[in-house]
Amino acid sequence: MRRIISVLLENEPGALSRVVGLFSQRNYNIETLTVAPTEDETLSRLTVTTTGSDRVIEQITKQLNKLIEVVKLVDLTEGAHIERELMLVKLKATGSQRAEIKRTVDIFRGQIVDVTSSVYTVQLAGDSEKLDGFIQAIGTSGVLEVVRSGVSGIARGEKVLSL
Amino acid sequence: MELLSGADMLIRSLQDEGIEYIYGYPGGAALHIYDALFRQDKVKHILVRHEQAAVHMADGYARASGKPGTVLVTSGPGATNTITGIATAFMDSIPMVVLCGQVASTLIGEDAFQETDMMGVSRPVVKHNLSVRHPEEIPEIIRKAYYIASTGRPGPVVVDIPKDMTTPNERYEYSFPKKVKLRSYNPAIRGHAGQIKKAVDMLMAAKRPMIYAGGGVILGKASDQLTELVQMLGYPITNTIMGIGCYPASDKQHLGWLGMHGTYESNMAMHHADLILCVGARFDDRVTNATEKFCPGARIVHIDIDPASISKTIDADVPIVGPVDAVLKEMITLVKESKEKPDADAIASWWKQIEEWRAFHGMRYETSDDTIKPQEVIEALWRLTNGDAYVTTDVGQHQMFAAQYYKFDRPNRWINSGGLGTMGFGLPAAMGVKLNYPDDEVLCITGEGSIQMNIQELSTCKQYNLPVKIINVNNQALGMVKQWQDMNYESRHAESYMESLPDFIKLAEAYGHVGVRIDKKEDLEPKLKEVLAMKDKLVFVDIYVDRFEHVYPMQVARGSMKDMWLSKTERV
Repeated sequence: MRRIISVLLENEPGALSRVVGLFSQRNYNIETLTVAPTEDETLSRLTVTTTGSDRVIEQITKQLNKLIEVVKLVDLTEGAHIERELMLVKLKATGSQRAEIKRTVDIFRGQIVDVTSSVYTVQLAGDSEKLDGFIQAIGTSGVLEVVRSGVSGIARGEKVLSL
Repeated sequence: MELLSGADMLIRSLQDEGIEYIYGYPGGAALHIYDALFRQDKVKHILVRHEQAAVHMADGYARASGKPGTVLVTSGPGATNTITGIATAFMDSIPMVVLCGQVASTLIGEDAFQETDMMGVSRPVVKHNLSVRHPEEIPEIIRKAYYIASTGRPGPVVVDIPKDMTTPNERYEYSFPKKVKLRSYNPAIRGHAGQIKKAVDMLMAAKRPMIYAGGGVILGKASDQLTELVQMLGYPITNTIMGIGCYPASDKQHLGWLGMHGTYESNMAMHHADLILCVGARFDDRVTNATEKFCPGARIVHIDIDPASISKTIDADVPIVGPVDAVLKEMITLVKESKEKPDADAIASWWKQIEEWRAFHGMRYETSDDTIKPQEVIEALWRLTNGDAYVTTDVGQHQMFAAQYYKFDRPNRWINSGGLGTMGFGLPAAMGVKLNYPDDEVLCITGEGSIQMNIQELSTCKQYNLPVKIINVNNQALGMVKQWQDMNYESRHAESYMESLPDFIKLAEAYGHVGVRIDKKEDLEPKLKEVLAMKDKLVFVDIYVDRFEHVYPMQVARGSMKDMWLSKTERV
């Protein structure tokens, strides 16, 4: 099952490599990984999406917790949560395609953030399925380049992951 | 406030940490530190002949004393040579701090001479590693390193020290922190009371209980509590190879150790148990055999300081995260207070069954009139040392025989690389023990394959006068490899034969020690007696044993706990 694990990590050199190393060392999957400092500059927040059986997921959270630089973590998929990923896509946009792409972008509530005579650059945020859906709707033949940020997530309601 | 250079701060921090010996080897990036060592006499340095041996020496000391060992090496090859030793300590959760020189911070990343990314190289085999970024951080980093290495589930910690952090003429205020606080590292100090209560209720209700203890009992200094609980309950106990000595082997409740080469009675009792109380062990693959066939009728209570050890390979019905001594203490109190008592009839018939198993095999082996059996060597040593020596081993058949036939009644005396299985561990580990316990008998039981992996340390033994006794159980082959080839590869002995063995007697003499050869059965005990009488000499005893002996019992691969070979021809 797919899981989203959010980690508060000491913002120190080498801390990220420990997390990444742990996944490869113990044969766990990483599907996406995002990391950036938080409002508290001594902490980074890292989000990793992974898949595995319940036993594997339990081991992943336990092994992550064992890393000295991991301060706290939560498996967001255990409760209601919001998941977002940002995607930038360059699309071939000429002639009648331009209006069609614009309509599709509007339906997906994206924005065209850069334009040339033959290319649209589209920005889209949402959960991973929505981004996949957009690519499907556009058709891969018109896609010139895709960059996705990987998943970030946060729990719904009053639950917070902080010190 | 005193002003000290980074190098002086490092050595002063070791003094303030109470470190007496460090084991190491100098080199360019560590020279400021070595100079600071030279200018004081509180911290003593032992010069090995290969960095791997320095780590095993520190490791042997740590296993015997329960305190962290300390290593000092230079950058590049000095640092990479420690990796096998660090991995050995990591797998067996041994507390240790490894101080590595590094090229100057201004050169890092430029492929400088003797530069290796030791932070990266060591990362998968350390509990933690720390890099010095400013000389002023040194006292705090050293304090943190020892704190992390020796608390919770212990393990090795590497400290990477770029050369410009120890420059002699740059001085800073020195103060050694009294306490360390890490917001992200808080090992459990007690177990969950509700879980402990549940465990005790299950223990009282069990009809076929089995206690399965591991190295965590020794690391957690909980042998007394374990012994008290087990004797109070009157239940059978087995332990892992890492747990040898955590409960007296000569006691009748002790069934020997379990797993691949464990006793018949331990493995049978595990398989048929209805309750397993696991204390500081981790259901390792050398214990469980095929996990899906493991102990089908047993409910499992698992006590461990490391939550990640629980339900990793075998699901625990009652997990208890906490230090084993504290948890066992609470269990003892609850057992004493409990209105429920163990079911005397059920326990009596369980013991009757166990005694039948014990009588069926009972660690027998065939003797011969003319060849010395390796098992006989171990039994003779056990008798002649009253079962009270420190015994280190290397890895292979001799290690299994030593574990089977030397009966340890005390913890911290059996010292072997159980997790990583490192050949070359035995001699340097024995040296680390002997240096710190000069009045005790220290045996290194080894084989002619393993001993050659760190044989150069005979020179270190001469320099520091370390009269360990090296018992070379010489079967002229890589015995365990050969045994597997006999059993699984129709005796095709690919590369398992040690051709061109040196004359070990002359070799020992060349290093300034005594060599003794034993190849006649009638000489075994008298000659060993003579060897042990040479208290102040390192003696290399080369004992020619049966070349065809196998280690039994041996679990059948991918079977359950109870599927075993009991000899070359009997399978149960």
